[in-house]
Amino acid sequence: MNDMRLIERAVDMDDIKISARDVQVYYGDNHAIKDVNVDIQDKTVTAFIGPSGCGKSTFLRCLNRMNDTIDICRVEGDIHLDGEDINDKRVDPVQLRAKVGMVFQKPNPFPKSIYDNAAYGPKIHGMAKNKAELDEIVERALRRGAIWDEVKDRLDAPGTGLSGGQQQRLCIARAVATEPEVLLMDEPCSALDPIATAQVEELIDELRQNYSVVIVTHSMQQAARVSQKTAFFHLGNLVEYDETGKIFTNPEDERTESYITGRIG
Amino acid sequence: MTDATAHTTPEPGSKSSILTVDPHTAKRHAAEGRFKIYGIIAICIGLFFLAALLIAIVSNGTRAFTQTRVVLEIPLVAAEIEAAEAYIVKTSKYNDLVGEALTGAMSDAGIETEMEPKELLMMLSGSAGANFRNFVLENPDAVGGSHQFEFLASSRVDGYLKGRVTREALVDDKNLDAAHLDLVDQMREAGLVERSFNWDFIFGADASESRPEAAGIGVSMLGSFFMMLVVLAFALPIGIAASIYLEEFAPQNRFTDLIEVNIANLAAVPSIVFGILGLAVFIQVMHLPQSAPLVGGLTLTLMTLPTIVISTRASLKSVPPSIRDAALGVGASKMQAVFHHVLPLAMPGILTGTIIGLAQALGETAPLLLIGMVGFIASNPPDGLASGFLDPNSAMPAQIYEWAKRADPAYYERAWGGIIILLLFLMTMNIIAILLRRKFERRW
Ligand SMILES: Nc1ncnc2c1ncn2[C@@H]1O[C@H](COP(=O)(O)OP(=O)(O)OP(=O)(O)O)[C@@H](O)[C@H]1O
Ligand SMILES: [Mg+2]
Repeated sequence: MNDMRLIERAVDMDDIKISARDVQVYYGDNHAIKDVNVDIQDKTVTAFIGPSGCGKSTFLRCLNRMNDTIDICRVEGDIHLDGEDINDKRVDPVQLRAKVGMVFQKPNPFPKSIYDNAAYGPKIHGMAKNKAELDEIVERALRRGAIWDEVKDRLDAPGTGLSGGQQQRLCIARAVATEPEVLLMDEPCSALDPIATAQVEELIDELRQNYSVVIVTHSMQQAARVSQKTAFFHLGNLVEYDETGKIFTNPEDERTESYITGRIG
Repeated sequence: MTDATAHTTPEPGSKSSILTVDPHTAKRHAAEGRFKIYGIIAICIGLFFLAALLIAIVSNGTRAFTQTRVVLEIPLVAAEIEAAEAYIVKTSKYNDLVGEALTGAMSDAGIETEMEPKELLMMLSGSAGANFRNFVLENPDAVGGSHQFEFLASSRVDGYLKGRVTREALVDDKNLDAAHLDLVDQMREAGLVERSFNWDFIFGADASESRPEAAGIGVSMLGSFFMMLVVLAFALPIGIAASIYLEEFAPQNRFTDLIEVNIANLAAVPSIVFGILGLAVFIQVMHLPQSAPLVGGLTLTLMTLPTIVISTRASLKSVPPSIRDAALGVGASKMQAVFHHVLPLAMPGILTGTIIGLAQALGETAPLLLIGMVGFIASNPPDGLASGFLDPNSAMPAQIYEWAKRADPAYYERAWGGIIILLLFLMTMNIIAILLRRKFERRW
């Protein structure tokens, strides 16, 4: 814990991008998320930490309604994006997901070429008028995913033929290619080496200029390095949510302190 | 480290060597060995039956692919032909001409016989006169010259040369006796009789019960072909659309559960039930023509649908959900996720399932019994598409069944030959399935 670089970063703006109120999630009878209230700020990196199985991924998936795809999953409570209820009947989850992009815990590139992976989102959203524009978008996305140099000579090779870490960066590139306003990242670096991790963290920092990023991580160092706000989950509850610096130096809850000092989890 | 091992071994101090096999491991090895032997025995039994089947098919069926013919040079004399055309039963007069030519050819070749031309004609197929006349009608210009005909030998002569018919077997035969066979031997030496590949068997039409030598499977092959077109046109889109909807879009509730159970049950329904359904719906209610490949195809569609739906759903299910998540995650709609990502991945499985369903339909006989495609003598090939779908026809398996039913052993031989052709088709379809699978899989 000594090498943690706790950087006091002023949160640029207090605009609230996503606000969640009394969110409950049930998988059948399993009450996975209990009474979670959280305000996620714009142009901020928010880290979710907590022991395995505490519901970080589940809550993250609520934010772009990916839980809709799980039949047994039931979400209650209000989640607002820019003041609009994302669970409103009029909301098309497809539009929502174009605004709230996601990088999944397990790398899941499409079994298509690297180029097609990055180009898919822009293509279906009609972001490019012609091939040249699309090429540009793809290159920019792959650069931001910190994978351009490794794949620029083999854009036609299948994305599934990359190493695990490269696949994850490809997935990040794919997610940023659609220029989402919020990027949800579920343990994006768990399969990456320190160099790629540093590159992804750099990317996250860059994305913060325009978007808000929510990142789930098991690495306390990473949370401390990249985030301005940190939320600690435990057994489906949001135990503590505060400035990252405060969480790591002076947590209010005992459970938070035990976790970050390595006693529970 | 020593500490740790001391904890796991039950009796400290008595360290076992990994060079000796302990009793527990020996037992496991024995069990493994036994299982291997069972497996090998099972495979051997399977291979034995497969070999028996192949040997039976090849030894019985290949003979159908050659045919004995009698080669005769017949002068086309205008006066004789005119005289023959003046008769009421014209072919009988032409038959006489063939008989004369045969007698002449035999004496030219130095084969001596007491037999009348009528008796000699027994060695030829009953269609010889008709063949002669057809040639004359089609080629009026040839009259005045002469033409070399290759008449089909009668099925008995053919069988004799193939070793199927023996002299003893002819004792009770009213058509042919041993003396004929002696003549056949001599004619063969003189080059009047030859055995060649039987294209007519593959491309020809079925013939009446008394002329097995003229029967071919070609027309019923067309019947099968048109049926497969119908099955493909209906079963594939309906089956795939139903599976995609059920698998990807339908809500999970009682109703869809019920449909699911029903489809699974339908796949196990005996095919004859589909036959009677086809009879009731397509012929009695919708008044489609009987024995038509269209009706056969629709009936087989009903039968194949469950197979296609089940295999399509299985291959859709096997696409990892993370792919759907990935597509939805970048803002694709459900439909885009399915059509851009899931379906291409499931394609090899879907195609394999479909082709297996088609192959099943191709070999199906029972439902055709009920809609009248069995027992129909397909003597004319369909002329054109509409007639192909709507005119009465048979299908390959039905034709084989029909031949196997007929009394003449020559038909039995044709039935085996038909089985070879049917199996070749099924093999081709399976190879196509494998190739398509390879092609689609290699893309990823
Ligand atoms: N698809 C699902 N169906 C049923 N239960 C689920 C499903 N996904 C998650 N759960 C349950 O919800 C709870 C929270 O899981 P979740 O995946 O959100 O944990 P997590 O905090 O992301 O853990 P990890 O750090 O290991 O990824 C767990 O008890 C899990 O068993
Ligand atoms: Mg998780």
